[in-house]
Amino acid sequence: MKEILKTHDTFPKLLVRNAEVFGDRKVAMREKEFGIWQEFSWKEYHDHVKYFSLGMVSLGLKTGDKVAIIGDNRPEWVWGEVAAQAAGAVPLGLYQDSTLKEVSYIIDHSDASFVVAEDQEQVDKILDMKEQLPKVRYIIYSDPRGMRGYKQPFLLDFKEVENFGRELEQRDPELFAKNVASAKYEDLAFICYTSGTTGFPKGAMLSFRNFLSMAANLMEVDNKFEKDEFVSFLPLAWIGEQMMCLSSALITGFTVNFPEKPETVQENIREIGPTIMFSPPRIWENMTSTVQVKVMDASALKRRMFHWALPVGYAYADAVFGKEVIPASLRLRYRLAYALVFRALKDRLGLLRIRSASTGGAALGPDVFKFFNAMGVNLKQIYGQTEISGISCIHREGDINFDSVGKPIPETEIRLSDSGEILSRSPSVFIGYYKNSEETEKTLSDGWLHSGDAGYFTEDGHLVVIDRVKDVMHLNDSTRFSPQFIENKLKFSPYIKECVCLGNRRDFIAAMICIDYPNVGKWAEGRRLSYTTYTDHAAKPEVLELLAKEVEKVNATLPEATRVKKFVPLYKELDADDDELTRTRKVRRAFVGERYKHVIEGVYAGEEAIPIDATIKYQDGKTSRIRTTLGVRNL
Amino acid sequence: MPLLRIDDIHLSFGGVKAINGVSINVEKGSIHAIIGPNGAGKTSIFNCISSVYKPQRGAVYFEDRKVTGMKPDHVTHLGIARTFQNIALFHHMTVLDNLMLGRHQFLKRGILAGGIFLGPARTEEIENRKAVEDIIDFLEIENIRKKTVGTLAYGLRKRVELGRALALKPKLLLLDEPMAGMNLEEKEDMARFIIDINEEWGVTILLIEHDLGVVMDISHRVSVLDFGVKISEGAPAEVANDPRVIKAYIGEDDDFLRDMEAR
Repeated sequence: MKEILKTHDTFPKLLVRNAEVFGDRKVAMREKEFGIWQEFSWKEYHDHVKYFSLGMVSLGLKTGDKVAIIGDNRPEWVWGEVAAQAAGAVPLGLYQDSTLKEVSYIIDHSDASFVVAEDQEQVDKILDMKEQLPKVRYIIYSDPRGMRGYKQPFLLDFKEVENFGRELEQRDPELFAKNVASAKYEDLAFICYTSGTTGFPKGAMLSFRNFLSMAANLMEVDNKFEKDEFVSFLPLAWIGEQMMCLSSALITGFTVNFPEKPETVQENIREIGPTIMFSPPRIWENMTSTVQVKVMDASALKRRMFHWALPVGYAYADAVFGKEVIPASLRLRYRLAYALVFRALKDRLGLLRIRSASTGGAALGPDVFKFFNAMGVNLKQIYGQTEISGISCIHREGDINFDSVGKPIPETEIRLSDSGEILSRSPSVFIGYYKNSEETEKTLSDGWLHSGDAGYFTEDGHLVVIDRVKDVMHLNDSTRFSPQFIENKLKFSPYIKECVCLGNRRDFIAAMICIDYPNVGKWAEGRRLSYTTYTDHAAKPEVLELLAKEVEKVNATLPEATRVKKFVPLYKELDADDDELTRTRKVRRAFVGERYKHVIEGVYAGEEAIPIDATIKYQDGKTSRIRTTLGVRNL
Repeated sequence: MPLLRIDDIHLSFGGVKAINGVSINVEKGSIHAIIGPNGAGKTSIFNCISSVYKPQRGAVYFEDRKVTGMKPDHVTHLGIARTFQNIALFHHMTVLDNLMLGRHQFLKRGILAGGIFLGPARTEEIENRKAVEDIIDFLEIENIRKKTVGTLAYGLRKRVELGRALALKPKLLLLDEPMAGMNLEEKEDMARFIIDINEEWGVTILLIEHDLGVVMDISHRVSVLDFGVKISEGAPAEVANDPRVIKAYIGEDDDFLRDMEAR
């Protein structure tokens, strides 16, 4: 793999190469539209990039300019990115569900002069803030739906820009090749804005070297092939998706598939049957809870089969990962369980053809992890951060440890600081944060990338990540515990969507829990329990009892000192729009602690019930006042 | 020349006079709303347009052709499609099948050719599916394409019904209370779709609606009925200030007044 990089060391160069090698014979991308998987060959991919790139050049895009891209996963997103790079400009991605405030902050901070927006929804966000964004010169949209009434001269259709590119090519046929050739390995390739659990987003500057060396090093231990199929459904602004859809796909030439709509992802995954997958924990957690709920709905026979097969799967997976000799009887039972249950289950989830699946971005509970491995899905844990182009550690084939994140990939050194912080060094470590040298220095002091994660190495060289250094908590009796670890265990319950553990400098651990509305709804339906809204439902005494049982189950697996002693169900779900979660759905502890201060104080003051009088904001901007009482449950 | 001309129609059921001499002109390319208290005769007018009822006096003309007296399916062929107050879909069929069925009038091949499914019959099916997929894309119902209609939420069914009417490629679309029973978000979506159908697809729209906020926002022209008589007509702002209209609504619907004051 590394051979290619000697001659083709940027994304545009790799694209040109793939167009030469594969031409029209191999599918580079598929996008489902009008109910059919529409295909784009490598040649077509190349041509779109070429003309769009030249089109932007003819509109005045220059080397070093920034191009912001926002929208759902579609080919135009990727074309726009590579086109900007081919023109010597620097692309950056925005999360498609970002609020106005976030969008304008990032566009302004990045000095973007071009914005490639998917559709009317995204264009409107930028138009709303246009006055605060004087640096933006053009907004280019790829879906003309609903745009007929917009007459602003700086709004252009993606296809129109491609036509400008065709005209420029007529006048200067060599320009594209010249532009592509002038880019270098060390050049800035992409600015990856990280949502961050604190403060404003930071723009991590990554070079082609960062991206490509990481992808190539990862492939040495987790190979990808030309024939692989990948479904792209996570935000393209996220480093993980960049690594798969851009660097890995360009190096190997595998096919990237874009779903029809965010709502059809599960269905589309099943249609494609991907062979490789890389998703953050919530995707795997969702699948697990879907399975659990579907099982509850299944016929008695199927239910019994499932409950017989699962322990067999767990035993088998444990034996494999413990590198034990598997007794013949277990082997036989597993085969039967696979044939009867797991195969069908995998098929339903669209995971039947998976060769390599990985999870990363946050910690995945060991239970979910085991669940997939029991089913025969080769799920591996990875570890890394945006600042190291995504991945620095991964489980090796046949060397999986449920609690660890595996071993460093080639060319990557990892060590622990005196305080137990994980530090890493590799060719993939980023250049720095855009326009933020203070943070850059902090993160890159003495040549090592400071992750902010606390961890340790096991005897066989696996890295174990405990939690964020600043998130590790201490009880008053100085017991150390990781809230995330407990939260992940709790979230394995199909009835718990999100939860926040408390207890830093307190006497005991307590938890705030958000119910999984659909699943608890289903449970209530089975018991003919009526409810009106989320708030009402979460406050039902029956639901409190249901949750108590779930928490007790988790407590049984925890050491006495770190058990959850009290919990309270919240009246609303935590939401990224309310700044309670990051866009990648990590809890912003400081913010949540401040916002629910009143609840937390109540819990620790030993109150039985906490009155709530709050204002909540709906997605359409309307607000409404909620008055309810939260019941605190002791365990 | 108006696209649709309702010319002095009278309709009574026994002693009850449902429509008592109503004339309305619907201009091509417009969104025209009919409002009025319950029992004012709004739906009866729709039934006269689609020729389900035959008015005792007067007639309805579409593109200057007399519609009154035609068979209802004939009227459909002329290019008039409608949706109903209480959704008319096949509840045990999928969304896709319901929409494909909406294309039935474009199916020219016989049962035999269709059964063998070769040559022209196949081409025809593909063309129809393309048209239906355009509608699915337009209404953003890709994720429920293969779901059974009966399992869908009310707001979605309304959307599917709109799709079924669009599948007929109408020149005139009659919408009977498209927003009834919807929540705010669904109403906003529906209003958006109606405007898009009108502006992007160039379909003339005649709608009956009780949500006056929506009517005033999206219509170009409004006709007000009361007890089978047209009491007012004009641009939304004119109608809203017409004392006869206000009088017709007093005691019947306080919301109207409040709505108007808020404007």
